[in-house]
Amino acid sequence: MVYLTRQEHFNAAHRLYNPAWDEVKNEAVFGKCANQNWHGHNYDLLVTVKAKLNDNTGFVFDVKSLSSIIREYIIEKLDHQNLNEDVDFLKGKMCSTENLAIAIWNQLLPHLPKEVQLHGIKLYETPRIFVEYFGE
Amino acid sequence: MKVAVFRQEHFNAAHRLFNPDWDENKNSAVFGKCAYPNYHGHNYDLIVKITGHPDPKTGYVIDMKLLSDLIKREVLSRFDHKNLNLDTAEFKHLNPTAENIAIVIYDILRPHIQSHLDLQIRLYETPRNFVEYPAS
Repeated sequence: MVYLTRQEHFNAAHRLYNPAWDEVKNEAVFGKCANQNWHGHNYDLLVTVKAKLNDNTGFVFDVKSLSSIIREYIIEKLDHQNLNEDVDFLKGKMCSTENLAIAIWNQLLPHLPKEVQLHGIKLYETPRIFVEYFGE
Repeated sequence: MKVAVFRQEHFNAAHRLFNPDWDENKNSAVFGKCAYPNYHGHNYDLIVKITGHPDPKTGYVIDMKLLSDLIKREVLSRFDHKNLNLDTAEFKHLNPTAENIAIVIYDILRPHIQSHLDLQIRLYETPRNFVEYPAS
């Protein structure tokens, strides 16, 4: 089994806010991340797939195809968007990096070909803050 | 003998590129997805460059702790986790391009830095897009 990772990036606005709480409670829990007019990030997304090496190509998977799939189903929907307002697969979810990583996993899974398994999502919100999700 | 010293700071913000004198079509044609109405965002990296002769008494061009405090007080507190278009006086009527943000930051900091020291701003909007002001 060999692991193959493709890195992509997108920029987006978001806000951390629980609609079940009032402004004071949101401010207390989320601090400046709750700013009602949004703030934003440059996100870096690493998608790792695994498979037995294909002896004919020496590849785990055609990385150009992997990039195209990520761009079509993830980046096109997230890049330069407002994550709270504009993204169908995040509707009703808290827009934390944790939830975004899980949502990206769920969004990507049905679109990957059978010959590879999705192994992990690594999502950087800033160069010093990232989360990982392995589907568990 | 002149020496340049640099202090790096960072902030996250939402913005949108938009000229209010143009209609949506023209804004979309010029600014592309940067004009999306619900904003997007970036992790901005700011590098402040100060050039001058080291003070013979301290060996410093400028006290870096004082410079860091100055940037945090005058720049980060205004822009971090804000919507540049909606939350800041500086960009109420000025398009918040990286170019304009760099000029605004220069103008904010210049009066606080001794006149015999040169100031230059480098602002990264993404790891691959950055601007400098004044141009050297």
